[in-house]
Amino acid sequence: MKKSVYNGLYLVIAILLVLPFVLPNSFYLDLVIRMAINAVIVLGLNLLIGFAGQISLGHAGFLGIGAYASAVLPTHFGWHPLLAMGAGAATTGILAALVARPIFKLKGNYLAMATLGLGIIINIALRNEAQWTGGPDGMPVPGMGLFGFELASDKHWYWVVALLLSVSVWASLNLIDSPFGRALRALHGSEVAAQVVGVDIVRYKVAIFVLSAVFASLMGSVTAHYVGFVSPNFADFFHSIELVTMVVIGGMASVYGSLVGAVLLTALPQALATFEGWETVVFGAILMLSMIFLPKGLVPTLAAKFGKGN
Amino acid sequence: MLAQFLQFLFSGITVGATYALAALGFTLIYNASNVINFAQGEFIMLGGMLAVFFTQAGLPLPVALMLAILIPAIVGVLIEKLAIEPVKGAEPVTLIIITIGASLVIRGLSAVIFGKGTHSLPAFSGDAPIEILGATLLPQSLWVLGVTAVVVLALWYFFNRTLHGKAMLATSFNRLAAELVGINTSWVLFMSFAMSAALGALGGILLTPITLTSYDVGIMLGLKGFVAAVLGGLGNGLGAVVGGLLVGILEAMGAGYISSAYKDAMPFVLILFILFFMPRGLFGGKSTDRV
Repeated sequence: MKKSVYNGLYLVIAILLVLPFVLPNSFYLDLVIRMAINAVIVLGLNLLIGFAGQISLGHAGFLGIGAYASAVLPTHFGWHPLLAMGAGAATTGILAALVARPIFKLKGNYLAMATLGLGIIINIALRNEAQWTGGPDGMPVPGMGLFGFELASDKHWYWVVALLLSVSVWASLNLIDSPFGRALRALHGSEVAAQVVGVDIVRYKVAIFVLSAVFASLMGSVTAHYVGFVSPNFADFFHSIELVTMVVIGGMASVYGSLVGAVLLTALPQALATFEGWETVVFGAILMLSMIFLPKGLVPTLAAKFGKGN
Repeated sequence: MLAQFLQFLFSGITVGATYALAALGFTLIYNASNVINFAQGEFIMLGGMLAVFFTQAGLPLPVALMLAILIPAIVGVLIEKLAIEPVKGAEPVTLIIITIGASLVIRGLSAVIFGKGTHSLPAFSGDAPIEILGATLLPQSLWVLGVTAVVVLALWYFFNRTLHGKAMLATSFNRLAAELVGINTSWVLFMSFAMSAALGALGGILLTPITLTSYDVGIMLGLKGFVAAVLGGLGNGLGAVVGGLLVGILEAMGAGYISSAYKDAMPFVLILFILFFMPRGLFGGKSTDRV
């Protein structure tokens, strides 16, 4: 890999190191933590949508499984939070694999439908199993401790999330440039051509789908512990769409695009708070306009314009 | 026992008929353009909401209903002209995202214009239930079934007996060949979006006196219509109708005999099974594996 690709990573790390010392108050610290959490999820989703060209309209469902595993297992069964997080990730991975294998033999529209259906089923289950999940009202999540150290304040969480984000960016950059990443991009370009050169397209699609779902589940757990509360809105269809919007607006098949998309769209609801009710309209308009006029998304389009290439 | 079963069957067929109209809408657009229109549910919602809005504004029922069909049809055409045609030939992912964007815009605007409350529309011909073998049937259900049947017959006539209909069919089979024999395929796209939106809106209008409506009912109704379309074999008209009725009946039976809390989940469990075991749906003869 060209060394220049890492320049962005160094920049991200530098920004993350400086941010907590320049943010004026805890409101902004909280906002940045949420941006970073979304960025990690979107990085995973972009591997699926942007690089492999396969859509998921149910990623919030996977997020919900992780979040609720972290809420339900420690609360009702006394599990250690880390163990619960792992169980959530494992459940998500198995579920994603079960759905993906038959579906990926078909084309995009069916995958969209299957993931969407799965997300909705998860959401309905979370709403209805009130004795475990608190129903539509949600439930509190016990605190998270690591090696006897309690993750209590926003500052603690900031460093955890900043570390996760840096590692995710680094891992994404490497993954894309690995044989695995090249296979993904090949099947996005032309499945037939990819098959001809010996890429087992179903296996790769399943692998990337499971990987991005597990990413989402783990970050669902992190969000649940950070916020200290879960509700079925975590697994809402609209939340899935928000995540897809972040991928699309930032830039499909762009690692840094995912970061920009997550930052912009996490901040947007704050900016729109004064225009209550118009949020949905703006989200929808952004989706349509960016697909029509910036089909590659902000970062790749700007990068092309300023001649930096990839 | 029988009465209860019939009761579930009646309500299933009634709701299923509107899913069938939505599924026909999906089918029309899919055939003409290979686009899955995720905004189809919003047309259903718009139909119901506009009917309520115009009747409350004091317009006579027939005029209100005409407008409630016409406006969504115009919205459908606008989506096609402004958002689908400019990205001609784009990947499914792009098209899915655009139509989802359109659905959010329609849904958001409805919330702003009509408010977030629930609205109802009076039944077209009274609420006196009709008794059949111990089960009751609302007159509005007969309206739903009757109008759906008329629409299905009219569509059949249109596609099999008229030149315009045959032109649309030809386009769906092979766009290039259709253009070569002089069919205006952009007109076909235009028509398919207008008809699809009108069908959805009609379903929404018919259903509103039974189930009420609000700005956010579109997603579920649209998705169930899509389940119906896939169940019947995406792109197959007869399949769409049968699929719609089956989804409606399954949902009503599931709610009655298994769990009403999981009523909305039933169609999606069904669709996962269908995709696993019968990826082409019940009537899907055509290959789904296009390259």
